[in-house]
Order: sequence, then structure tokens, then C-alpha cells
Amino acid sequence: MLRIPCPHCGPRDEAEFSYRGDATVTRPGPEDGIEAFHGYLYERRNPRGWQVEWWQHGAGCRAFLKVLRHTVTHEIRAVATATEALEVPEA
Amino acid sequence: MPRYSGFRILAEGLRGNSGWQPAWRKPAPKSSYDVVVVGGGGHGLATAFYLAEVHGIRNVAVLEKGPIGHGNTGRNTTIVRSNYLLPENNNFYEHSLKLWEGLEQSLGYNVMMSQRGVINLFHNDAQRNAALRRGNSMRLNGIDAEILDRDGVKAMCPLVDLDNGRYPVMGGLLQRRGGTARHDAVAWGFAHAADARGVDIIEHCEVTGMIVEGGAIQGVRTTRGEIRAPKVGLAVAGHTSTLTDMAGFRVPIETHLLQAFVSEGLKPLIDCVVTFGAGHFYISQSDKGGLVFGGGLDGYPSYGQRGTLPEAEHVYAAGISMIPALGRLRGLRSWAGVMDMTPDGSPYICKTPVRGLYMTAGWCYGGFKATPGSGWCHAWTIAKDEPHRLNAAHTLDRFREGRMLDERGNGPFFWAQ
Ligand SMILES: Cc1cc2nc3c(=O)[nH]c(=O)nc-3n(C[C@H](O)[C@H](O)[C@H](O)COP(=O)(O)OP(=O)(O)OC[C@H]3O[C@@H](n4cnc5c(N)ncnc54)[C@H](O)[C@@H]3O)c2cc1C
Ligand SMILES: [Zn+2]
Repeated sequence: MLRIPCPHCGPRDEAEFSYRGDATVTRPGPEDGIEAFHGYLYERRNPRGWQVEWWQHGAGCRAFLKVLRHTVTHEIRAVATATEALEVPEA
Repeated sequence: MPRYSGFRILAEGLRGNSGWQPAWRKPAPKSSYDVVVVGGGGHGLATAFYLAEVHGIRNVAVLEKGPIGHGNTGRNTTIVRSNYLLPENNNFYEHSLKLWEGLEQSLGYNVMMSQRGVINLFHNDAQRNAALRRGNSMRLNGIDAEILDRDGVKAMCPLVDLDNGRYPVMGGLLQRRGGTARHDAVAWGFAHAADARGVDIIEHCEVTGMIVEGGAIQGVRTTRGEIRAPKVGLAVAGHTSTLTDMAGFRVPIETHLLQAFVSEGLKPLIDCVVTFGAGHFYISQSDKGGLVFGGGLDGYPSYGQRGTLPEAEHVYAAGISMIPALGRLRGLRSWAGVMDMTPDGSPYICKTPVRGLYMTAGWCYGGFKATPGSGWCHAWTIAKDEPHRLNAAHTLDRFREGRMLDERGNGPFFWAQ
């Protein structure tokens, strides 16, 4: 069971949230071309390790949050609001 | 004489079972092969078998990081069917189902294929129309499909609660030729038959690097040394991205968790496969007597091979809504596998941006039924360096070209397929 510390609501059960994808993916500019949009929509890093990802706190504040989570151990190391920077650690 | 037969079982019974030989050898890896297949699950072993059997390519190694069949092949709920909507998918899965129908003869191994029928329940007009459309699409492609009314469902599976207060059952889409098979035996059977044709199955050999020169594959680095090969096929399910990372390109795959559950053993109770239409739930009964069931993804990426309780609760709740009698049972075990989810829910059996590197991947949570078909098409693609018409649409490029195989129309969300 994951427990996600929401910056607005405090620590909450995973059942209140939904995963919304890799948060390092950013939308290309309108003129960036088909390859950029293909990468944005379809290609994924899909790391076996740390990932920064979007989770929406649907049953709480409803905000989109950035969560730094490990995809093998499921450990959650940091949570930030959507506009804060959250980096993937080196290893 | 076949290695395994009724007579042999009888004879061995009288001799205290002292005459059985291991079903496959444990060779040391050679320094080079004509083809290296990475991943010793059903798909990798089937690829090697069909390379040897259909294309006469026998200088082949299957490299598996653990023991064979301990990945998704040994963790799935074993449902086999070909009831897909899109012709590109239902033709492929039907080819696979036909291979299943003759698999025990081709492998000389009992995989306990049991065509006990698969019913997908529907609960409202819209679902009924979708089921009719899918059934008609199957029949147009020569695949068996029947629509059951409530009485038909009751006759096949009397425990289903037809009058559920919230989700009354209207009927079901039935594929009688669908059913289940013994998952472990599928891995062992393909291993046995591939080995007998000269394939080296190398267990405890993890691929740690890909040797790519001038845009072409030259071989792989492993925990047991470097192995050269002009052609390499990937069949590593949820680990596909870790290998394509080594080869220097990204793929449309996100790795997610799927759990499965088994109850305590019971006398025969459910003799077909039934799926719920008002929640994600499917169930059958194994020959040992345990009810085998599962639901949807846990919902977030994971390579952890273990699920958490919210999804378990959901699966049990959906199961009890469909068959209230399940509420009296005890769960025995649960486990999880790592699914290679794609943005349209359909797989890849194709060439890759690296010459000589091929893959069968993106099986989401429906790849067990594809095992023979995937191996057959992957072997064809490797042997001929071009896809068979059955897998010509299952490319990595289909999104770029706007040719998605979007069976469910969910949009490009890996976790929603
Ligand atoms: C809980 C659950 C229920 C399912 N239910 C069904 C169902 O009812 N019907 C259905 O059709 N499908 C079902 N599936 C899906 C099905 O199990 C899979 O799609 C299918 O078994 C995949 O087979 P595979 O051979 O591709 O993968 P796997 O059996 O996972 O084999 C891949 C192998 O690659 C190995 N590997 C990975 N990385 C490396 C490396 N670097 N070097 C060497 N080896 C490596 C792994 O150890 C593994 O053994 C289910 C899956 C799960 C988890
Ligand atoms: Zn919140």
C-alpha cells in the first residue's frame, strides 16, 4: 500500500489518488514537428528505478502532484506541487 | 516413440519412476549462434521452437536471466481465446488459437489445453451491442462466436447472479473454443521440443548489454560472457525497455503491475471461463480445484512483481458481485507480474530501428493466449527479415503513421488499456 504525503492534505492512502503518467514528458511547441509529438505521446523512459510522475489527488484537494517514486521498491522519496521542480536522482 | 505417453506413464509407474530424463539439457553458452533469443518465457521459447521447426534454424540460444517460465508465463490466469474486434488482432489470435489446438501433438507434451468456453457477460444495451459487434466481427473472419441470453448464461454457469440489483446480467458473448491451458507446462513443453531440435536453453544468463555496430546488432553481453549473433530477438515482456535502452532507442511501453489470485481447492464449481462486464474480473477453475481469478492493473508503473491491497479489494468485490457464493471462500495466494503496456493495448511483433534486432513485446495482460502465435510470427520475422501478413500491422511505427490498433478506444494511456 502506498502512502503519498500530499503537500496540501498531508499523508493519504494511494486509493485517493490516480497515476497520470511520467512527469518528465513535456509538450512540444506547435511547430516542433511530428517526431517531437510522437516522442511526447508515445515513447517512454519507463525506468527500472526512480521516476518523477504525475498523481492526481482526486479524493482530496484534486491537485496534480509530482511524486518521486521508485518503480521496483515503490518507495516515495519526495512530493511536490505541479509547478515546483523535482529532479530524478542520478542513480 | 514419443518421450511422453500414457504407456510411458504406466511403465514408469511400475518401475518407480526411475527412468525419466530431464526435459531439456543445461548447456553452457557457445560464443556465437545464428540467432539469440532473449527471454525464456513462453514467447521466447516458442520463438526458438518455430525457428527450428518451421524455418530449419537450429543454431539458436534462448537466454533467460532466471529459470525459464518464472516471469509472466508462470504467473498468469491462463485464459486462451481469440475474441477480438479488429481484424488485425482477431486474425492473429485465431492463428494462435489454431496452433493451441494442435500444440500437444506438435510439442509431444501435455499442456492441458482445455477448450471449456469463455463467456463475457454484458449488463446493458450498450454492452450488448458492443458484444454483438465484436461477435459479428469474429464471425466475418471465420471465428466462432455466439450470443447467449440469460438462460444460456444460467445453463453454462448457474452460480452467476443474473439478478444483481445494480448490474443485472442481460447475456454474454461466448467463444466455445476458448478456454485455459497449464501455464508452466507451456513453458516446459516449448523448452522440451526446442531443445530436442538442437536449441540451447541457457538459464541464469542475464543480458546486460547489446553489441550494436554501424546500426546493426552483433550480439549481446551477458553475465556468462559475450555471445555473438547476427540476429537477436527480444521476448522479455515488462523488461523490454531495459533492453531497448541498451540498444539505444525508446519504445512505446510502460511497465505495470497485474495481480492474480487463487482460492482454496474445491470440488468442480465453474467449468468455463466467465468475465464480469460491470467491473474488471475474470475467473476459471484449475484442474487442482483452486479458483483462479484476476482483475485490472494496480494502476502505476512497477517492476516489483508484487501488488497492493486496494486492487485486491476491488477484485474480490467484483467477484462477489458476479458470483455471491465466492464470499464463502478463502483466498489462498496472490502474486503479480510485470506487464508491457502499450498505448493502444495491442502488441509489437516486428523489426526495430537496429538492423537484425527483432522483438515480440507489448503483450499487456493478454499475451499468454498469444504464446504460440507470437513465437510463430516472431520466428517468421527473424528468419525472413520481414513480417508475416498476420503481424504486418503490429509495428512500433504504427503510432507515427496513424495506424493504431486501438481495440478499446481508450486513448494513448498505457495504464488505461
Ligand atoms: C497476473 C497475470 C495474469 C495474466 N492473465 C492472462 C490471461 O488470462 N490470458 C492471457 O492471454 N495472458 C495473461 N497474462 C499475460 C501473459 O502472462 C503474458 O503476456 C505472457 O505470459 C508473456 O510471456 P512472455 O514470454 O513474453 O513473458 P515472460 O514469461 O515474462 O518472459 C520474459 C522473460 O524474460 C526474462 N528476462 C527479462 N530481462 C532479461 C534479461 N536482461 N536477460 C535475460 N532474460 C531476461 C524474464 O526473466 C522472463 O522469464 C497475464 C499476466 C499476469 C501477470
Ligand atoms: Zn491533496
